Amino acid sequence: MRDVRKRFKEHEVLTGVSLTLRRHEVVCLIGASGSGKSTLLRCANLLERIDGGDIELFGQSLLDPRVDPDRVRRHIGMVFQSFNLFPHLSVIDNILLGPVHALKRPRADVRAEALELLGRIGLAARAEDYPDRLSGGQQQRVAIVRSLAMHPALLLLDEVTSALDPTLVGEVLDLLTDLARQGTTMLVATHEMGFARDVAHRVAFLESGRVIEEGPAKDVLDHPREAATRTFLERVR
Amino acid sequence: MSSALDGEPVPPDLFASRRQRLLAGRGGLAASAVSGVVVIGGLAAVFWLAPGGATMRYFFFNPPLMWQSFIGDPAKGFYSVGLGLLTNLWIFAVAEALVLVCGMLLASARLSQSPVLFPFRLLATAYTDVFRGIPILLVIFIIGFGLPELNLGTISSQSPAVYGCAALVISYSAYVAEVYRAGVLSIPHGQLLASRSLGLTHATTMRRVILPQAVRTVIPPLLNDLISLQKDTALVSVLGAIETTRAAQIYGSTVFNFSGYTVAALLFLILTVPMTRFTDHLIARDRARRLAGA
Repeated sequence: MRDVRKRFKEHEVLTGVSLTLRRHEVVCLIGASGSGKSTLLRCANLLERIDGGDIELFGQSLLDPRVDPDRVRRHIGMVFQSFNLFPHLSVIDNILLGPVHALKRPRADVRAEALELLGRIGLAARAEDYPDRLSGGQQQRVAIVRSLAMHPALLLLDEVTSALDPTLVGEVLDLLTDLARQGTTMLVATHEMGFARDVAHRVAFLESGRVIEEGPAKDVLDHPREAATRTFLERVR
Repeated sequence: MSSALDGEPVPPDLFASRRQRLLAGRGGLAASAVSGVVVIGGLAAVFWLAPGGATMRYFFFNPPLMWQSFIGDPAKGFYSVGLGLLTNLWIFAVAEALVLVCGMLLASARLSQSPVLFPFRLLATAYTDVFRGIPILLVIFIIGFGLPELNLGTISSQSPAVYGCAALVISYSAYVAEVYRAGVLSIPHGQLLASRSLGLTHATTMRRVILPQAVRTVIPPLLNDLISLQKDTALVSVLGAIETTRAAQIYGSTVFNFSGYTVAALLFLILTVPMTRFTDHLIARDRARRLAGA
């Protein structure tokens, strides 16, 4: 991402953000609410049109008019703060929707794969349940599995534990930690500083729509160079 | 322990007044029985004891004449109000099916996003504005008396009932389109984001994610519109189609008694009351489910 800008009416939310993610890398976006983390994630998979700058995936500009946003999104998974599972579909059908209807893969193949993924998060037995029968933590893990079933090259996670009871945060963070160990490329907007320190390779601190400070997780979190970063981290602690 | 002598304040009176206790609580059943008798009995008394009560009953609630109008007697120049209902029923059945489909098409056109579909979006918006704004009766006149004047072969040589049915479809499609659209707009934006982020196209998102959820929220208001449609089949009578209302009108002007209208009204009630009850039941169930979810 290079100098990405985004404005809503007069309000400029992103005022020139540049960020690079390498394969197998986990980058955490930290910053106060309203600093532009969520907007940046939505811009990254073209859910929001950007007003300036450029976004590249696999070295190719996504602003090229020949690019089909739907195809781009099939390579980029996204998990939301409020889960956004489809309430009218069972857990398994939530997971199958993308691979079957966007990737046009045979249902039986994907189903076996989805059950295996559900097994890994210990929810294989709940495959036929509807999302509202699951706890928040279970719903969010299903939402993560739903994006994984697309075999994304990059996973975007938007404050995925912020809507959860404190007791349920752990199970979701554990799953993310596992994914990071397996080499999943992730861009994570988060308020969980512990998770950022333990799992992220790099951390970027956003304020007023720009990256104030960026670097290896431990450096930024333990020895911030910028005064703004220091102030923010002190408030969070 | 403490007593009044210790200067403790006297406990406040927590009892409801006698009158309140009479109106609510265990006396509630008795209270509602009494009020029921008083209100309904009062209305019946006005109806029964009014100066013109007997005349009114003779002209509107005349059992032998009600029966006569119900079965009809073409030899004496009037049609059966009961058989007339069959016309209302087929008009309703055909119109209902077409309205549900046309309404969906109109709503999809209004909700479309593709620039290519801009003219359809514009036309659909204009259509719903126009036909929700014109009284149905006028649409029936325009179609029923206008199309035959066009001299367009089949289109201009239909029966009044068919024109009436077409006019109902034209008007009600506009209303039903708005109901569908409201249903779609009531689905949280996150559902759209989640589906699009999986790489599903706008069309697939609509078909697999948004519409299945929208249809559920939309069923009660939709049924309300269908109940209206059921009643509005009576308007087709202005074109001369012999349906219940028209048959009752003919009976009235032949025999000089309006009991046929009462029969028609009762017949409509037999049709609509089950549907209203069913709709209320669905609304109550939906509400219970939402409260349980919250």
